[in-house]
Amino acid sequence: MTTGIIAHHSEAVGHDGFAQLLRAEWTKFRTVRGWVIALGAAALVIVLLSFVSASGNRFSFCPTGPSSCTSRHPAVPTGPGGEPVTDSFMFVHQPLVGNGAVTVRVASLSGAHTSGSPVGGGPNGTLHVTSQPVLAPWAKAGIIVERDMSQGAAYAAVMVTGAHGVRMQYDYTHDAPGLPGAVVVSSPRWLRLTRIGDIITGYDSTDGSHWTDIGTARLRGLPSTAQIGLFVASPAYFPPGSNSGYPSMATASFDEISVRGDLPANSWTGEAIGANAFYPVLPTAASWHRLSRNAFTVSGSGDIAPRVGGSIFSDTGASILVGGIPGLIVLIVVATLFVTSEYRRGLIRITFTASPRRGRVLAAKAIVVGSAAFAAGLVGTAVAEVVAHHVLITNGIYLLPVSGPTEARVIVGTALLLAVAAVLALALGTAFRRSAAAVVTGIVLLVLPFILVYTLPAGASNWLMRLTPTAAFAVQGTQPNSPLVANAYTVTNGYYPLEPWAGLAVLCGYAAIALGAATWLLRRRDV
Amino acid sequence: MREALHAEWTKLRTLTSTSWLLLSTAVLTVGVSAAVVAASSYQAFGYQDTPKLSLTGIDLGQAVVSILAVLVMSNEYSTGMIRTTLTAMPRRLVVLAAKATLLTGAAVAGGIVAVGGCLLAGRLILPSKGFTVAHGYPLLSLAHGATLRAAGGSVLYLVLISLFSLGVATATRDSATAIGVVLGLLYLFPLLAQVVTDPAWHRHLEQIGPMTAGLAIQATTDLHSLPISPWAGLGVFALWAGAALATGGILLRLRDA
Repeated sequence: MTTGIIAHHSEAVGHDGFAQLLRAEWTKFRTVRGWVIALGAAALVIVLLSFVSASGNRFSFCPTGPSSCTSRHPAVPTGPGGEPVTDSFMFVHQPLVGNGAVTVRVASLSGAHTSGSPVGGGPNGTLHVTSQPVLAPWAKAGIIVERDMSQGAAYAAVMVTGAHGVRMQYDYTHDAPGLPGAVVVSSPRWLRLTRIGDIITGYDSTDGSHWTDIGTARLRGLPSTAQIGLFVASPAYFPPGSNSGYPSMATASFDEISVRGDLPANSWTGEAIGANAFYPVLPTAASWHRLSRNAFTVSGSGDIAPRVGGSIFSDTGASILVGGIPGLIVLIVVATLFVTSEYRRGLIRITFTASPRRGRVLAAKAIVVGSAAFAAGLVGTAVAEVVAHHVLITNGIYLLPVSGPTEARVIVGTALLLAVAAVLALALGTAFRRSAAAVVTGIVLLVLPFILVYTLPAGASNWLMRLTPTAAFAVQGTQPNSPLVANAYTVTNGYYPLEPWAGLAVLCGYAAIALGAATWLLRRRDV
Repeated sequence: MREALHAEWTKLRTLTSTSWLLLSTAVLTVGVSAAVVAASSYQAFGYQDTPKLSLTGIDLGQAVVSILAVLVMSNEYSTGMIRTTLTAMPRRLVVLAAKATLLTGAAVAGGIVAVGGCLLAGRLILPSKGFTVAHGYPLLSLAHGATLRAAGGSVLYLVLISLFSLGVATATRDSATAIGVVLGLLYLFPLLAQVVTDPAWHRHLEQIGPMTAGLAIQATTDLHSLPISPWAGLGVFALWAGAALATGGILLRLRDA
């Protein structure tokens, strides 16, 4: 009876308590000088590599040929909602006082894109590029009401598009579909835009007599005198399978123009809006707006749309985060050694003699190595973000604004990624009992897919970023997506196929399976 | 040297891991290549370097070769065998040379099987993905000079991987650290080069990185746009391997075992 009490007592406070186990594992970890140094090195290498890669990014943007290159990004306009937008198009306009309406027939819409950056804007802006006849899906031609001529001004427009039928759009982010189908000579479209107070309504028609209301926009605070007119825009064209976009142009034939309302100027002026803005456009030529009595031929290049990410629009953010990879490799090595060195030195026998419940030993090790990796990763990533951000902005690079919570998600998510990766490496080390195989497996699973992503076609890259543990890098995604903008939404441009936390969950799944297998093997095998 | 070679050969062939690792090299390399080729498709836009695409598996295969090479040295340290080895053969550089010679042979053997399998997979799968003669893509064949260079160069690349890994393992004496250093140096440069937009930096990173420079040997088209010519690239990687072996050799001579 007495012995029973003593046994019970010693079990409660003795060496089998999980806290004791944690302390023992933590002591093992912190007393190996090499591992503690490696933790610091992991944090340092994250910062250093981010700094180096950010320093290697210089801004260079040539909006209309080599003579127009700048080494600092031009201002990016913000729309009425405060979001960054693109506001570049050809505008044939005049002021309208008070209420009114514009009606027009769009007889045709055609386009072309260059297969490279525009080369030389010769005399009168003649373009010397090999252009190919392709109409960008979001090429736009139609009627627009603009608050004023400034960049990012409030607007409402009804338009035909390259591949999305007739649309009514306003203030960059709002969109409503009208008649489907493309504009061809045999099937023209009639468009009408009316202004009553601050309410703008768009209509479309296939015959000019039967009209359908597409949608209305309320432009709050629209002044009595607004700019109305015809516009054409043609956004960057992304050839299928390409990560880069090229400037494009579209040409529309308008006729049967009629305007109701007070037109003090009573003459149309053609103007390329936002020609020097931060967006790839073709240089305007004098022939881009030809006006006859009641018919216009207008060409335009640019877009009126929200701004998205990707290499041609902004920095993809990858340079800030590439430092995580060498940090990851260091942590994989340390986490693997944390268990394999016990096998190598025979310490594992003492460990399992002292605490025979092997699963708990593995759990304690996972907590210790995971927390250590999280701490190193958090410090490294947070400093790297600040440093790289500063360097990129100093180098004149445009970074899309990122909200505070998103920034926090990237930093904490990256630290969690490193922590879970360390646990995965620990489990692999336990399962293999050999460093070499475990380290290689860990690095191949987590790092190699990232390299393949840059060489493989986009479809294969997306599958790699869904199925391999590398999917966890989705926590670093910050680039905005918009259905109103055609873009190469690919991993190389900073777009991950999975949602941030779903990507991290994939890695957690791998780590859980590896831990389960390692526990099973530990229980089953002799030491 | 003959005795050293014989001793090292006995050690190498009696380890079951050797044949397993060589087999895995071939299987994984061909597997990844076949998967990549199967996932690709012909596009009118741009010209695909099909021999290079078919050899993508080397990106993974090199990791397995580096395990083999690292273990040849670090296993001796983890088991304490190195003391016996160096007592029996006190001329340490001869031991290192013998290991390097045998690894070269093993890498050539494994590499020929792996590269041959990749090209065969490409030859069989590519036409069904639209890479046909009609679209300007002839069947992969070693009779084509550039393809032969890519194939032979890939085998040589694996040899250099094994020598580079042996050098690093000799210097670090620990398998986990050695693998971390080898794969870190291999994989870091291509990643850095991808995110750096400054054209000069990008080019220099690809010129000095062991993997980016070494794998230039796989290119068969558009050679003038490469950051470094195929053979010069392999030469850069040979310098890395030579430097690693030299460092390992010097440390092996200077340090206690």
